[in-house]
Amino acid sequence: MAQAETEYLVFVLAIMNQMYTPVIGLEIHVELATRSKMFCGCPADHFGKEPNIQTCPVCLGLPGALPVPNKKAIEWTILLGLALNCRINRSSKFDRKHYFYPDLPKGYQISQYDEPIASGGSLKLKIDEERTIGIERVHLEEDTGKLLHNTVNGEKVTLVDFNRSGVALVEIVTEPDIHSATEAKEFAQELQRIIRHLGISDCDMEKGSMRLEANISIAESGKRKEESELPAYKVEVKNLNSFRFLERAINYEIERQTALLKAGRKPRQETRGFVEKLNATRTQRYKETAADYRYFPEPDIPPLEFSNEFIDNIRAKLPQLPQDIAKQLENKYGIRSSYARLVAADKELTDYVLAVIDEAKKARMKTDSLVGLIINQKIDWHKVKPEQLVTEMMKTKAAQVSDDTTLEQWVKQAVADLPKVVADYKAGKKAAIGVLIGKVAALSNGSADASVVKKILEEKLSR
Amino acid sequence: MKDKLNAILLEINPKGNIGYKDNFLTRGYETTAGSNVLKGYISHYSATVVDLFEKNGFVTKAKFNCDAWAHGSSGENSDFGAVKNPWNNAYTPGGSSSGSSAAVASNYTKYATGTDTGGSIRLPAAFTNSSAIKPTYGAISRYGIVAMASSTDCPSLIAQNVKDVEVLFKIVSREDKKDANTFSSKRSLRGGQFKPGSLKIGLPKEYFIEGLDREVSEAVRQARQVLTEDGYKIENVSLPHTKYGIAVYYLIMPVEVASNLARYDGVRYGQARSFFGEEAERRIILGTFTSSAGYSAKYYQKAAKVRTLIIQDFDQVFKKVDVLLTPVSPTPPFKLGEKANDPLKMYLSDVLTVNTSLAGLPSLALSCGFTKKNLPIGMQFVGPRWSEPVLFSVGKRYQELTDWHKRKPSI
Repeated sequence: MAQAETEYLVFVLAIMNQMYTPVIGLEIHVELATRSKMFCGCPADHFGKEPNIQTCPVCLGLPGALPVPNKKAIEWTILLGLALNCRINRSSKFDRKHYFYPDLPKGYQISQYDEPIASGGSLKLKIDEERTIGIERVHLEEDTGKLLHNTVNGEKVTLVDFNRSGVALVEIVTEPDIHSATEAKEFAQELQRIIRHLGISDCDMEKGSMRLEANISIAESGKRKEESELPAYKVEVKNLNSFRFLERAINYEIERQTALLKAGRKPRQETRGFVEKLNATRTQRYKETAADYRYFPEPDIPPLEFSNEFIDNIRAKLPQLPQDIAKQLENKYGIRSSYARLVAADKELTDYVLAVIDEAKKARMKTDSLVGLIINQKIDWHKVKPEQLVTEMMKTKAAQVSDDTTLEQWVKQAVADLPKVVADYKAGKKAAIGVLIGKVAALSNGSADASVVKKILEEKLSR
Repeated sequence: MKDKLNAILLEINPKGNIGYKDNFLTRGYETTAGSNVLKGYISHYSATVVDLFEKNGFVTKAKFNCDAWAHGSSGENSDFGAVKNPWNNAYTPGGSSSGSSAAVASNYTKYATGTDTGGSIRLPAAFTNSSAIKPTYGAISRYGIVAMASSTDCPSLIAQNVKDVEVLFKIVSREDKKDANTFSSKRSLRGGQFKPGSLKIGLPKEYFIEGLDREVSEAVRQARQVLTEDGYKIENVSLPHTKYGIAVYYLIMPVEVASNLARYDGVRYGQARSFFGEEAERRIILGTFTSSAGYSAKYYQKAAKVRTLIIQDFDQVFKKVDVLLTPVSPTPPFKLGEKANDPLKMYLSDVLTVNTSLAGLPSLALSCGFTKKNLPIGMQFVGPRWSEPVLFSVGKRYQELTDWHKRKPSI
């Protein structure tokens, strides 16, 4: 093929593949696990409580009541901002966001508008390649009440439960940097891991303490002047109560919007909800213009000023984050990547595994297989102490021989006994090594450490 | 209960000694803020101010009539009828704390509270020969007071003389963990001795403008004379941005009003939204407009910037003088009905009080004379933040030197 033709073909292929690029941004709400609510002293833990028992004039929005911000919630929002590599704004403030809804007792929500606590961050994801997702902002606001649709005395009514009203809520908004459902899911999961690691929320989607919304549109590459130009519409999808739904809703939207664009139609700017039964999204609200929330600075709360010292003190409390822990487990302790990531996702497990590694080192045991035992749930790590685990392993595997001289003997014999297998291996049938390992296992009555045997065999046979 | 002046909305204990403007919540009793929307609304808790007075031995006597939601300068916006001035029943006792001033001036009670958002305790004090403090913003907790415009709302105190006002102030001026604006690292009242010879009083020229009633200007001039003779140094000063005060106030205040009234949406409280009166409707619409997308930058945000200039004016002037002396109102008390149908004219009654509200400064209002028709004339001492002790010292000294405050209306 002539070069020009090849280039043309590459070009056509590129267009076919990249004509429609999903542009996705996430808005994630997380309820903070502070003991009291955001602006009053009521308990914040509202899940499963009898309706309206955790309320006071402030969270009911009674006449004359005033909000006093929860210091812990502000510190935790800063902590999260730091974990997401954000800039912490030295001056911040609360604003009133006005809209009418029966679960919003004041007629406005206290939120943050143009001076969020944290902004301009990023989060690195490792999927096939490393991707960096920008974090536009992290801000603090209050949760709303909850509507309960019930039947009372045969009459269909809507009741309001204000237990949740005023609970501290953090909103994390990403840049529209996400290009697939997988990326979106991985981002949300990584964020969950980080927040759980920080210990500032349980991020339990079933209890509603982590809520996902996705803004999805499709960019037609040929029609964009610049790579950074965003599509002229976006579809907001709500009701995403699990990572699975997030993934499905995005895939559904990508297909739906791409089909519309291919047919020469522009998708409508709207809010859609994910309907589990249909495994699809459906229109909820349709508006030509953005809602006007008439934001203005909340006069009941003085502006927030953070000193460098205040922020540094919070920074000092920032624990090692899952991605760094995983890296450390891999590089420093030789734990395989898949194990390392699973361990790092759970703070408690991380602490446990680090203790086990410590004990194992003292006992000169191999750590990767030990971690494997924990990961594969061969032992209940909640019940067994690290030193106990290591001692047990030493006992049961007392016969597990890993010292090289003994192993070397068995390997030698196996090689001598099975010349044909050795020949196969040398001829390129790498799988043949399994037969040799099996032979050594038989010779040692199962006491040989297979991984060490493999290494010795490989070495010996490559000579 | 209907009294002759229509000052009392609810009598709680005839033997009590303090009354509250009806926008102060009083646990177990009705609080209407003068509006039909809250008619029948029983307070679930008491305002911090009410709690503090009760803890210090005061007994609640009554709840007083006021302009609905504290919107007004004459008391005529009350949904429960206008309050009459005890000095002449054809006149307004000033608003919005109209019932409070009428009750104190008629000696129904010696002590009462009010609120001042743009002049709402000072005008009533001036119109009824009473004394009142609109404190530094944040000096007294707003918790449990129906909000009007949160950034200038000040719980205020009114009595028959400055000495009594000071007693009340000392009881309720304190930090409240339920009101974030009462926390301040700068929260310390100015201390020391305030001898006449050691204090400089400034007369801002912008407050003695054309259109100022001649009798008012003459009364304030005489007060100045009394103070000069007593050894106070008097100086002419200037607050160049004064003229923008009314415009700024009537842009910022309605935005906060519209927001604060949003909760009375007909879902929870006694009456539906249709029970809002005309003035509240006017402010809700105005505030919603000036804070909406596309207009906020042009109106609300611009007003917020000019507000900063007004504050800077005061900061500058207080480098030169300790206290400012100005009239409270450009006119003596006006007749009921005189301005009720002309909102703009009514708004201008606040022209000499809104700037100090926007700047969060303390202001002590007291009488300094009477008109030929025997109607009271008021003046105000304004100081920097946390200078209440200075204001009280000047006010008390003035009332030692004069006896206007001892005059009583014949009822």
